[in-house]
Amino acid sequence: MTAPTLAAVAAGTELPPLVVDPISRATLALFAGASGDHNPIHIDLDVARSAGLDDVFAQGMLSMAYLGRLLTNWVPQERLRSWGVRFVAITPVRAQPTCTGRILSVTDGLAALELEVTLPDGTITLAGDAVVDLT
Amino acid sequence: MAVDACKALAYRFEPLVVTAERGRLAFFARATGQADPVYADLAAAKAAGHPDLPIPPSFYFSLELGRPDPFGWLAALDVDLRRVLHGEQSFAYHASAHAGDVLTLTSRITDVAVKKGGALELLTKKTGVTRDGQPIAEAVSVIVVRYPAAGR
Repeated sequence: MTAPTLAAVAAGTELPPLVVDPISRATLALFAGASGDHNPIHIDLDVARSAGLDDVFAQGMLSMAYLGRLLTNWVPQERLRSWGVRFVAITPVRAQPTCTGRILSVTDGLAALELEVTLPDGTITLAGDAVVDLT
Repeated sequence: MAVDACKALAYRFEPLVVTAERGRLAFFARATGQADPVYADLAAAKAAGHPDLPIPPSFYFSLELGRPDPFGWLAALDVDLRRVLHGEQSFAYHASAHAGDVLTLTSRITDVAVKKGGALELLTKKTGVTRDGQPIAEAVSVIVVRYPAAGR
């Protein structure tokens, strides 16, 4: 990986987007085990229905992990100072998330980014921001 | 039934001492489609200058779920897990951490807010991560509890 240099980054610069595979029930089961989030609402249809839902839905932290991949594909992880997201819509089974990032500003070598995860129908599932050290 | 704010703010989490296991991090990489071998292959991690597999950015949330009863604090506050949504999550970092590091996680609930006439309640939980007393990271979670019947 060649990390971006400060000179190559300016407001408006977009990170290479990350398109992941559609989320299957197997993805949800594996992520439940790997992440330690065993909340059955993501993996057990009976529990989801008992809560009045039609189906299980993806763990929000799965999409946040994909956003983390977007960032660490772009810079080595130790340059990431902080980041955060709002989970604004649920991600249904079989949805295919795309992670995007855009530089808002660069000040004293610190880049402020806006982040999004979107679905093919335009739904924004996660909206967030990050601060990356480019010095 | 809404969460008792006084009870929530006074809730005491036992400090959690936890080690990120290498195999677990490799499993997390696989489960999240991570193609960068630094996160799953020890030789690749070492070639990139890491002493072991790095703990990925969002994994501190998972470390905290290593408690024997990770949702016990919600049960203690009489929250039905089926009514819970993850509203927000953020992380800030002070130093890198890797597989094998012994980390101490200290959590507390810092805010309880009622929204939409009682239809939603927002619990903010902050977790500090340290290694040998030195700060590694902070994680902040906002948990949303839904009370559909209260919505107006």
